[in-house]
Amino acid sequence: MADKDVLAIVQMDGGKPAKAGLEALGAARELADALGGGTLAAVLGEKAGGAADELAAHGADLILYSEDPGLVPCMAEAHAGLLAAVISEAGPRAVVMGHTLRAKDLAGRLSAALDAPAATDCVAISADGGDIVATRPMYGGKVFARVALKAAPALLFLRPNVFSPSREAGKGAVREISHPVPEPRAKVESFEPRPAGKVELTEADVVVSGGRGMGGPDFSVLEELAAELSGAVGASRSAVDEGWRPHSDQVGQTGKTVSPTLYVACGISGAVQHLAGMSTSKVVVAVNKDPEAPIFSKADYGVVGDLFEVVPALTEAIRKRKG
Amino acid sequence: MDIIVLIKQVPDTGAAVSIAADGASIAAEGLKWVVNPYDEYAVEEALRINEAAGGGTVTVVSAGEARAAQAVRAALAMGADRGVLVNDPALSGADSLGVAKALAKAVSGMDFGLILAGSRAVDDEAGLVGPMVAQLLDIPHVSMATTVSLEGDSVLVEAATDGGTAVVRAPLPALVTAEKGLNEPRFASMMGIMKAKKKPLEEKDLSALGLSAEDVAAKSAVAAMSPPPARPPGKMISGDTPEQLAENLAAALADEAKVI
Repeated sequence: MADKDVLAIVQMDGGKPAKAGLEALGAARELADALGGGTLAAVLGEKAGGAADELAAHGADLILYSEDPGLVPCMAEAHAGLLAAVISEAGPRAVVMGHTLRAKDLAGRLSAALDAPAATDCVAISADGGDIVATRPMYGGKVFARVALKAAPALLFLRPNVFSPSREAGKGAVREISHPVPEPRAKVESFEPRPAGKVELTEADVVVSGGRGMGGPDFSVLEELAAELSGAVGASRSAVDEGWRPHSDQVGQTGKTVSPTLYVACGISGAVQHLAGMSTSKVVVAVNKDPEAPIFSKADYGVVGDLFEVVPALTEAIRKRKG
Repeated sequence: MDIIVLIKQVPDTGAAVSIAADGASIAAEGLKWVVNPYDEYAVEEALRINEAAGGGTVTVVSAGEARAAQAVRAALAMGADRGVLVNDPALSGADSLGVAKALAKAVSGMDFGLILAGSRAVDDEAGLVGPMVAQLLDIPHVSMATTVSLEGDSVLVEAATDGGTAVVRAPLPALVTAEKGLNEPRFASMMGIMKAKKKPLEEKDLSALGLSAEDVAAKSAVAAMSPPPARPPGKMISGDTPEQLAENLAAALADEAKVI
């Protein structure tokens, strides 16, 4: 029954399914199992068809793919237009997608095109009676809301790093999408890739952030730790307001929300707006000179000390452990 | 150019938030209401575009209850020319899609070359309404702009996307959502606040827009709210030197937390 199916939108990243895409597929599989339906994967972009085996191994019963050149670069009008047609035809109960920057661009457009309810930045999803229920932070994470999506398809955009890929294989049928790709009116004129080795803050597994305690724009001790852990560097609002880091690095209610496996807060006191941006991190470490800093009450591990001594020593200790 | 800016009134981000007795909304008492910070970037950008061009109008459009008129006035005090507030009891439980439908209808009769909106509001954090309005009006959009410039019949926008930063050109009319870093919004001057009191602010209900309550009926609703999950009490790392502290922390992260 299609109305119990769940469809995952899987984006491609350098010729492979993106990590957020496999997380979405894992969440889709779990929700589909709860509903008693099948798991579909829609994968769009360069070499999308080549991802079929990997998607089948991660839970997809049916893989719908399109390698139409009009899908690259990813423009919301083109992707939303094609996906709306694919979703209308497949008729699933729910659609899930990683809440990446592309998805943020796409979500509203797709929801309006399908006249379907959407929930963004979900940290949990479930089936509850006739409704799909999404748990998502609101007011900068000061409250968690359970949102009931009453109409089908329910569009669920998942916070990166929260859901896990499925270990269950699916049936793995493959079908090429035949719908035409609409021509987007907005077009990319130029694109500057992120420097090699730099990880997008909102998708990083490890985030090392600095605050007022950095005392200036030199974040090199944090950058070295982040590089050692293949992570990204973030900043508190006060560090950004001081002009020490760009706005794009800000973690908090008026900046980015991150959910890494490891969050290291250095010289950050822990204002409520900052905590809002990192509260769903799995493990939080705080390094601060002030033993009374509120950040310690939100940390799994606290170190009272001078970050300019402790952080380089930590980088060295981790390097040694790795041998 | 005639520019429309979509704004929303939200609780100040410094405010403590408590859950109301119904368990599915926040308590309104004692909240300070402000213009959503991302929408302030949008208002500021609209003003700068017209100041640079030496002409044009800025119309601020919001959906909300009567108190949201203060937010519209605040935008008028910054320098916008006129305001429209869509205020209807049927919108009180509306979801993003319902609000977008009301806003799209409100602006569809106006002359505009560009619509600006915040990339998200700091209350529900959905980030949906701007692109929804673009879809409903069948115009292109660009999300999360960090620079905006007009060139002839198109708008050129720089925005972060997966993997890097893109410069996107969209033909006008278009909708652009504003990201932090786009600009530094001005404070309203005393003169601006005085002038704003005399600027036109029109309130409209849904029927004035030709919409019924059913047209904007919510397809999603908050069923319950809870405080964020509590983190178990943490552990302070001991050590007499930075090296010892670092070694003990690395050991805890590797052996206990198993995250490195």
